[in-house]
Amino acid sequence: MVPLSYYLVLSGILFACGVAGFLIKRNIITIFMSIELMLNGVNLSFVAFAAHWHALAGQVFVFFVMVVAAAEAAVGLAIIIAVYRTRETLNVDQVNLLKL
Amino acid sequence: MSVHLILFLAFGAVAVAGAINLLAQTHPINSALSLIAVMAALAGEYLLLGAEFVAAVQVIVYAGAIMVLFVFVIMLLNAGVEERTKGSRVAVIFGVPGMLLGSLLVAWVVIRHSGTEAVAAGALPGDPKTIGDLLFHEFLLPFEITSILILIAIMGAVVLASKPPTAPPPIPAPRKVD
Repeated sequence: MVPLSYYLVLSGILFACGVAGFLIKRNIITIFMSIELMLNGVNLSFVAFAAHWHALAGQVFVFFVMVVAAAEAAVGLAIIIAVYRTRETLNVDQVNLLKL
Repeated sequence: MSVHLILFLAFGAVAVAGAINLLAQTHPINSALSLIAVMAALAGEYLLLGAEFVAAVQVIVYAGAIMVLFVFVIMLLNAGVEERTKGSRVAVIFGVPGMLLGSLLVAWVVIRHSGTEAVAAGALPGDPKTIGDLLFHEFLLPFEITSILILIAIMGAVVLASKPPTAPPPIPAPRKVD
């Protein structure tokens, strides 16, 4: 038997790793992967709370989070390709204009 | 220590190690592979919580579809080792101890106040039948809205990633017919 707080602490650690990666990484694709890591941390706490409160709605929310993550990944990677085509770099320090 | 706790700690250790490896690696393909390890470990955690459907979808959609997309883009753009830029000294002096202190505080509060009530293994029926029942009755409207969202995402991806329109070839002038 695992207390609920253990799951919450694990999800917090994953979320914090995602935030740290978002802040310290310089490659735009790795920054994008850090966002996925944050979403995964949130999903874990959703499922843990669903099991704790006996509410299946939590698992349905995880399903919706995954749908949004998939849509976000498709559009975000398309934007990365468009940025790379005009700038020839993936370093966010050199991408300082929103203009494509 | 019950088997449940041992499995939780094993999967959790893999997940945290993968997350830290994602930060430590400099090449994006290594980061992508460690992210896949994190997602597989999280699928194990979902199975421990009785969420079978979520665990299966995690492996198929996250580790399968989304990460394949990432790896494709990394290879397509021929991404190399990232250049490290020097962070500010203030961030190192205040950021790291501050983050450690904050996370310790949060962990202490969570462990202290959320009780020691244990989550039983498989306490909840998370099989596809139950989830589908809920999804197509109670959450029917959000479900249909997500289909519109996906349609918009498909169109957005096609528009953004397609080649910019080049100037059309000049139309040849019509020849005079005698």
